Amino acid sequence: MTEIERSSRNNLEGIGGWLNPSRYGWERISYWFQRLTGVFLLIYFIGHVYETSTIVNGQNAWESFLELTQTGWGHLFLIMVIGASTFHSANGIRLIFTHVGIGLGTPGRPDYPYSPASLNYRQKSGIWIALILAAAAMFYGFNVLFGV
Amino acid sequence: MIMSNTAENKNEKKIRLKVYRENRGQDSGSHYDTFEVPYKKWTTVLDALLYVKSYMDPSVAIRYSCRMASCGSCGMKINGIPKLACYTKISELETSTIECEPLPNFPIIRDLVTDFSRFFDHHKSMHPYIEAKESSVDDTRKGTFSFYQSPEDVDKYLQFSYCIKCGLCYSACPTVGTDVNFPGPQALAQQYRYFADTRDESAKRLDIVDDRHGIWRCHFAGSCSKVCPKGVDPALGIQLLKSYMLGISKNDKVPAKKIEVESIDNRYNSSAKTE
Repeated sequence: MTEIERSSRNNLEGIGGWLNPSRYGWERISYWFQRLTGVFLLIYFIGHVYETSTIVNGQNAWESFLELTQTGWGHLFLIMVIGASTFHSANGIRLIFTHVGIGLGTPGRPDYPYSPASLNYRQKSGIWIALILAAAAMFYGFNVLFGV
Repeated sequence: MIMSNTAENKNEKKIRLKVYRENRGQDSGSHYDTFEVPYKKWTTVLDALLYVKSYMDPSVAIRYSCRMASCGSCGMKINGIPKLACYTKISELETSTIECEPLPNFPIIRDLVTDFSRFFDHHKSMHPYIEAKESSVDDTRKGTFSFYQSPEDVDKYLQFSYCIKCGLCYSACPTVGTDVNFPGPQALAQQYRYFADTRDESAKRLDIVDDRHGIWRCHFAGSCSKVCPKGVDPALGIQLLKSYMLGISKNDKVPAKKIEVESIDNRYNSSAKTE
């Protein structure tokens, strides 16, 4: 493909364009959530590897680090992890299906008012299921961690 | 600064048009000018902008041609969303102020006019034409044969051939917004359009888009299909192309049969003789 020179006057939306996902409907919101949860989970996994590696410094070091997650803020953070991982997984499965052409509909002759086949009810249902599953998992996590 | 034409009827409904102004040639920075424009229920944003040019400020730069969503020239960001100005009625927007800005992801030339060079470069890089082994452009010009395609064969690509290259999908795509080397939804959908065409026999189509900045950078945000004014649904074409590349969908395309037909010259000569 043609390599195109980057220019400072490209008028690119950049990452700023991701910050207002509501302009383009649920599919764009799900795209934004998928990115956001992906970055959040990456940060969590780096922290998690660091946390588990403290065991090489002895049991005291391990337990003192573990205490961080036993606070109210620690619990809230873990609830966020539960929600992010559930949404990212469920929505990721939907996206795997779309990338192999499943659940998108077939090309046809478009009639006005145009309704894109790829943005169909199956995709919207998939996004809603991912959101509901994430909310349910967070609710369950809240009950377990805060013992309500 | 708000500019209005006081000679108009006071009972007329008016809309406030906030227009982005920038001149790359002068490099004097950017600002917005606001105009109060009379409108009726059928007035489009393009009509309003042309009113501004005619009666208030002729220096406002816009690009337009057909005024009927066929040429794809008047794409701009209207109230934050890429739209065709000729296809967007003021009454449908239901706001008191309409903000007109140049299409994002396209370099600005002046005011609402953007540079499509990069967009068309990507389009050209997809080889957007039928490549058949045993027939050249000259053969088709002679008109000695024709390709047979069933209606089902046509339905596989027809939708994608309705693209008017207005650039709205390119402008809405979040991946283009962070990677200028990504071909964008328009170019990738056109690659599928020719890939699905039974007249095309090119073996290189999938290789063209199988690149670090290529089709795999599409994560199906669907914004391209949302803004397309012609119902092309680029996101569908891109995902279907991916499924062929992953080997999930089998490429069972049967090349279109070539049917010998009487040449145009012969037809002309024979009809001339009968007369």
